[in-house]
Amino acid sequence: MSSDKLLFREGGDWNFSTLQRIYDACEDVAVNELGLDVYPNQIEVITAEQMLDAYASMGMPLFYKHWSFGKHYAYHETMYRKGWAGLAYEIVINSSPCVSYLMEGNSATMQTLVIAHAAFGHNHFFKNNYLFQTWTKADTILDYLDFAKRYIAKCEDRYGQEEVARILDSAHALMGQGVHRYHGARGPDLRHEEERQKSRRAHQERIFNDLWRTLPTAAKAASPDFTERRRALLGLPQENILYFLEKAAPRLTPWQREVLRIVRQVAQYFYPQGQTKVMNEGTATFVHYKVMKRLHERGQISDGNYLEFLQSHTNVVAQPSFDDQRFSGFNPYALGFSMMCDIERIVTEPDDEDREWFPKIAGAGDPMAVLRDIWANYRDDSFIGQFLSPRLIREMRLFQLHDDAGFKEGIQVEAIHNERGYRRIRRELAKQYDVGAREPNIEVVDVDLAGDRRLIVHHHVVGGALLDRGDAERVLQHLADLWSYEVALREVDADQTVLREHLAKPREAAQFEWV
Amino acid sequence: MHIVDRRLNPNSKSLENRQRFLRRAKAQVQDAVRTASGGRDMGKALEGGEVSIPSDGVREPRLRTVPGDVQDHILPGNKTFSEGDVLPRPGGGGGRGGAGEGDGEDAFRFMLTREEFLEMFLDDLELPDMAKRRMASVEREGLRRAGYQTSGSPTSMSIGRTMQLALVRRTALKRPTSANLAALEAELAECKDEARRKTLTAEIEAAKTRMRRIPYIDPIDVRYRRFEVEPRPVARAVMFCLMDVSGSMTEHMKDLAKRFFLLLYVFLTRRYKQVDVVFIRHTDKAEEVDEDTFFRSPASGGTLVSSALAAMARIVGERYSPNDWNIYAAQASDGDNAHGDGQVTAQLLTEAVLPVCQYFAYLEVGATSHLRQSMPESPLWTLYERLQEEGAPLSMRRVEDRNEIFPVFRELFRKRDAQQVAR
Repeated sequence: MSSDKLLFREGGDWNFSTLQRIYDACEDVAVNELGLDVYPNQIEVITAEQMLDAYASMGMPLFYKHWSFGKHYAYHETMYRKGWAGLAYEIVINSSPCVSYLMEGNSATMQTLVIAHAAFGHNHFFKNNYLFQTWTKADTILDYLDFAKRYIAKCEDRYGQEEVARILDSAHALMGQGVHRYHGARGPDLRHEEERQKSRRAHQERIFNDLWRTLPTAAKAASPDFTERRRALLGLPQENILYFLEKAAPRLTPWQREVLRIVRQVAQYFYPQGQTKVMNEGTATFVHYKVMKRLHERGQISDGNYLEFLQSHTNVVAQPSFDDQRFSGFNPYALGFSMMCDIERIVTEPDDEDREWFPKIAGAGDPMAVLRDIWANYRDDSFIGQFLSPRLIREMRLFQLHDDAGFKEGIQVEAIHNERGYRRIRRELAKQYDVGAREPNIEVVDVDLAGDRRLIVHHHVVGGALLDRGDAERVLQHLADLWSYEVALREVDADQTVLREHLAKPREAAQFEWV
Repeated sequence: MHIVDRRLNPNSKSLENRQRFLRRAKAQVQDAVRTASGGRDMGKALEGGEVSIPSDGVREPRLRTVPGDVQDHILPGNKTFSEGDVLPRPGGGGGRGGAGEGDGEDAFRFMLTREEFLEMFLDDLELPDMAKRRMASVEREGLRRAGYQTSGSPTSMSIGRTMQLALVRRTALKRPTSANLAALEAELAECKDEARRKTLTAEIEAAKTRMRRIPYIDPIDVRYRRFEVEPRPVARAVMFCLMDVSGSMTEHMKDLAKRFFLLLYVFLTRRYKQVDVVFIRHTDKAEEVDEDTFFRSPASGGTLVSSALAAMARIVGERYSPNDWNIYAAQASDGDNAHGDGQVTAQLLTEAVLPVCQYFAYLEVGATSHLRQSMPESPLWTLYERLQEEGAPLSMRRVEDRNEIFPVFRELFRKRDAQQVAR
């Protein structure tokens, strides 16, 4: 191996021209060989302190001010200073240009890994996955956050920090219920409404014929149900509670609505990340593995440095067994990476089992094309539901436990890695990653507009899983403060039986100072 | 692709959020700080460090479900199980491990810096009589910005004000701007009409003359920043530590005294820019020593409190004029004093020491309480108590255990409005 090809010397030191060389080499592999399509990259080198700062603001380089971020900072700082937790090697932001933060303490090998991982793996995923495309606007997010930061600072100047913090507290409590989950038809805005009205008018004028008036009509149909009409007017049922409040809460001032909107937009921006943990990390890990392997094959990384890489890669993709002390659920890096390696194998060297299970991709020839398609069009639950292969189930020795409190003898082993178990295990694992099953399904159902304006919210209980009582009551209090009238949260099961009901009245301050 | 080195950017992006967090949880953090400081060693007492507060005030609630009665789990790493096996539930009694996490964490632990720690600890304390003395003390002089003047040194010229005045004058005298002139000249270049050209040329000439005659900046526009000499209050303090080091003072007592002195020192340094400390130890004669000797070296002999007070009065006279310095004194002793010294002590204290002091605190350190109960009040305590009743401005407290130091200190410096009589 000639040493002039090496990107950096053994020993691990790097400087900014090394970084540039590393980046160029990674780019060559990622774009020309793997066919990745990425946003322009921006790579920023930061210190541990700055990494902690980034942790505290959900990884974003700028954010509005709120005490909860200070709390998170204090927490992470303590964890770090006490040595209980290390810091990430990198943070990457779904924006265009895609910003990757690299820790200054990484060795040159690690920087290579991290650039391949974040600047190409994650970046490609952000740019191409349908969830991110649908729900996030990468090119404007930083500007939006800048706007949000300044807007909230301005509100603080004008209305006081306390007042703004109170709205933010309440909005944060409802952040999980502040996202649109379906892209369904939105209500038309005023301008479109007006146009539609005009065209309808024109149409009526065109077909006007006074004769129709003289025709006898059947008895007038009963006037439509008032409840239904009201619900339709308010856009109910509505599962995006923050959106509903922003549009319909009776006593919020415009700036308060705007603050709700900001929190809602931020929540929406982060919404895809929770649903693509396995795929996102899997993609990034797969890409860094491919890139590093190629760089080593080309002689651009020395054997020693490659071993350093392999060691940390192995740590990243380690999946402890269920009975291991370190076990804390599935490692998304490990699961995603092994599934993608498995797909590569199915595409290139399928066996009979693969042909039976994956007729479409088995032996398709070009693993990268298949993977790029998968990266673009799936999220965690659909990805696992489609592509977890029997071979991988055997390799990981997956099994399913069925824990039924009614079954006194104990916990049953429902399925293991055998012919009868593959589908069941796959379906159940996919369900574990399904947002619909993981997060409570909560909807604003109705408002008693004619009466005491009480807001009625339903939690559709799945599998008997009720809300945590303490937190539910606290959140409901926040909801009542924003709605400024009574709020009832009913937990109903599939037969509309109310299993539990929570009530909250708005607090004093909320009633008077916001008018 | 860009590579940006952010390492030199300001680090404290989260500082404000952190301060907001501390403000929000202030009551809890203050409690935590006081509990934490009580149990610590002096050296570390005010070092900052980890505190733990109840998470209630800073909880961020979210709607989340607790698992229902029927759950399915997929786990990796099966070794011996086959389908249909029944495993005993962990943790007996039909209870289910891990289910129903309830309210989650009930305490939030984090680190405070030394600054934050002190801020919290000393937050509602104040220095007695500080305002009064400040006003009375001789003041130093400082410079203060005070408007503008028409003469001065070039370095203090105020460009902004000068240009402003120049603009006003130019506008008032209708000096043509260069844009006006350019417009006229452009028109002239375009113009074909001979008569018009003539008037234009004349106008341009007139404008040029006017521009020459009315200068862009005139000497009368020039303004200089004016400074005024202003008296500044003294912000210096000296702290006298007086301690009895005679044989009757045990290590334990000295330790208590040291804690108190240190607290007072920390407190003063937060209120004054410059704090001098004078250590005076005494047996039957007093000497000024350095800190190390003060706390560590043993000494033996009788006890004459008056010697220390005399030494302090002398040092004040030599080095710390009460006009220039805020003077604080803290005296620690086990209460012994030589028979017959009482009268001298009382006289020195009321006539020489107390009048120059901002504050005089007497701390009586005792051994253990059960011993003391049977004993009468110490000579010094009796004496000081009498002086206090006669109206001498001194504070006195008794301390027996290191846990009492913080409460006693806080009591002595509690904010006045919360405390009717500062004794």
